[in-house]
Amino acid sequence: MDKLIVVLMVAIPAIIVTGLVWVPAISTVILSFTDWNGIGDLGDIKFVGMENFDNVVNNYPPFPPAIQHNLIWLVVFFLGPTLLGIFFAALLDKEIRGSRIYQSIFFLPVVLSLALIGFIWQLIYSRDQGLLNELFGTHVDWYGDPSINLWAVLVAAGWRHTGYIMLLYLAGLKAVDPALREAAAVDGAGEVRTFFQVIWPVMRPVNIVILVITVIESLRAFDIVWVINKGRNGLELISTLVTQNVIGEASRVGFGSALATIMIAISTVFIVIYMIQVVRERR
Amino acid sequence: MMSPRSFGAGGVPAIGRRTLLKGMVGAGALAGLAACGSDDGGSGGGGGGQVTLGSNWSDDVPKKAIAEVMNGFSKGKVKINTIDHNSFQENINNYLQGGPDDVFGWFAGYRMQFFAEQGLVGDVSDVWSTIGSGFSDALKQQSTGKDGKQYFVPLYYYPWAIFYRKSVWQEKGYTPPKTLDELKTLGTKMQADGLTPIAFGDSDGWPAMGTFDYLNLRINGYDFHKSLMAGEKAWNSKEVKTVFDTWRGILPLHQSDSLGRTWQEAAQSLLNKQSGMYTLGMFVGQQFPEGADRDDLDFFPFPEIDSSVGTDAVEAPIDGFMMAKRPRNESGAKDLLKYIGTAKAEDTYLKSDPNNVGTHNDADTSGYSALQKKATQLVSGAKSISQFLDRDTRPDFASTVMIPSLQEFIKNPNDVDSLLTNIEKQKSSIFGG
Repeated sequence: MDKLIVVLMVAIPAIIVTGLVWVPAISTVILSFTDWNGIGDLGDIKFVGMENFDNVVNNYPPFPPAIQHNLIWLVVFFLGPTLLGIFFAALLDKEIRGSRIYQSIFFLPVVLSLALIGFIWQLIYSRDQGLLNELFGTHVDWYGDPSINLWAVLVAAGWRHTGYIMLLYLAGLKAVDPALREAAAVDGAGEVRTFFQVIWPVMRPVNIVILVITVIESLRAFDIVWVINKGRNGLELISTLVTQNVIGEASRVGFGSALATIMIAISTVFIVIYMIQVVRERR
Repeated sequence: MMSPRSFGAGGVPAIGRRTLLKGMVGAGALAGLAACGSDDGGSGGGGGGQVTLGSNWSDDVPKKAIAEVMNGFSKGKVKINTIDHNSFQENINNYLQGGPDDVFGWFAGYRMQFFAEQGLVGDVSDVWSTIGSGFSDALKQQSTGKDGKQYFVPLYYYPWAIFYRKSVWQEKGYTPPKTLDELKTLGTKMQADGLTPIAFGDSDGWPAMGTFDYLNLRINGYDFHKSLMAGEKAWNSKEVKTVFDTWRGILPLHQSDSLGRTWQEAAQSLLNKQSGMYTLGMFVGQQFPEGADRDDLDFFPFPEIDSSVGTDAVEAPIDGFMMAKRPRNESGAKDLLKYIGTAKAEDTYLKSDPNNVGTHNDADTSGYSALQKKATQLVSGAKSISQFLDRDTRPDFASTVMIPSLQEFIKNPNDVDSLLTNIEKQKSSIFGG
């Protein structure tokens, strides 16, 4: 009886994951080789080989900016909010007065959904009616000017990401053996040296988690941009391009699936890197 | 005597794994039963005289107006399923293929013909044999599919034109321009007076299509416009290039930084007397508070550019209803459509939502505001009616190609050649070569 329950407890989630994740993912890859428009029988689907991929790369002006923006998102998130979050965590680990309050303040944006964050910052960034332009008397088109709107959005998204990373890192720091710190203090190491030479190597598993989360959030970036202007005019991302093409009246399912397959391919690169790290660690 | 297993840390009774699992299975079964049971008799109720209606009139004013219209239907009961406006349009493919309501709201033009061609909507030509006499030929044409049968029953429309505030123009001594040159002169005068000549907000991507459509209609004529929308003409032809070159000439008169502004914000600038005029649909009135402000709103038709083409084409999107391919209550659905095609139904709608104009010949115009009367005159005097770019062409072309391309033009109006070549290449891949 127990064995049956264990089998069920593994089988049911496995079926759900296969059905809701793997089957659609493989279908997406298969559909990317067709020109299906979402209407009609599956039997009517015509295969067109690499035509969709050819169109995506050569015949779709929003595509190159989308790839660039996703890469920028990744780099900026890593150099900015992630490092900042680690820094705040290291500071708050000191148990200074009011550290709980600071924690709550930094973590509050994490509780909000990215769509809501898009709304809130819209009130700040709006060209004609926003807080920033009112305060400084400027007429900067934060969301409409394609050369700066991505950076404006990165500030808003990073605002949330910092708190998220901070909390994860803080949890990890609390688990570090205090004896290590004492030993470092006895050896005469200063704050900075203690952190980089002693704490950082010990936090390796948490470091990997932080890195993975940053990569996932960058590739997954979608909600905030969609809420602002559906991912156009300087805010193109691969995720918004997929959505624009597949969902909605446009229903260019074959073409959108090709975009999604490219996204899967990019993610796979990072997954492979991660798996190599994990496997190497096991040994 | 409490066994150690009964209590977890902190004195809370620990639930054994088996109990937890049994509880979850039970809860899941309950949820499943509840889901089955909540199907409220809408299915299988064909002959009872109930007709289901899928409505995307989700904002308060239109929603109330539709409810009033359906209350006036005497031959049965109408069950209205209201879905959020944008969600309804975005899910239309799934909706139509997955058992839609008997009758549902949609738009005339290519967007309607597209679904008719795919065999997703019902033929209502017999309804038209009853109601046809109440509509102009142009309206019937917009309700007809490519195979000559009718698939659509119109309810109302709203023209696109250039709107302005009467009081501001009287004060500054402006008169509505009749030609493009007069418009440019007026624009320069407005700039000297400290006004932004033409309000403009294209962050949603579609408002710019109105300007494109009218420029194309005025420069190349209705037939060329229709063919271009149907994918039969090349976008990098010299005719289309002329349209963009002309547009570039008047772009400096438009509000700058338009790509970060919504149409609502641009309408606000017209309301606040910061802009002189605005090329938009009649729904611009929704942004003007009822009373003195809304009464101050007036329009003039988009000016003439080529005297051999004239101004007899009007852009006036038509909203109305279609029937599902296999409705559960076909006779009821057709009766409902016949009712919708009467002047009485339109009058009921417009009483609650006066930002549109009725399509029926006998629609009661006595209660119309001055603006509505003018709009009726404009459209009834039109030789040809276009529907708006995203309703006149394939939806995937309109949203995935035209929106980014028009925004690119607004950002960078000088490089038209490569822009048009890109549009043409994408068009070929979508419409099929």
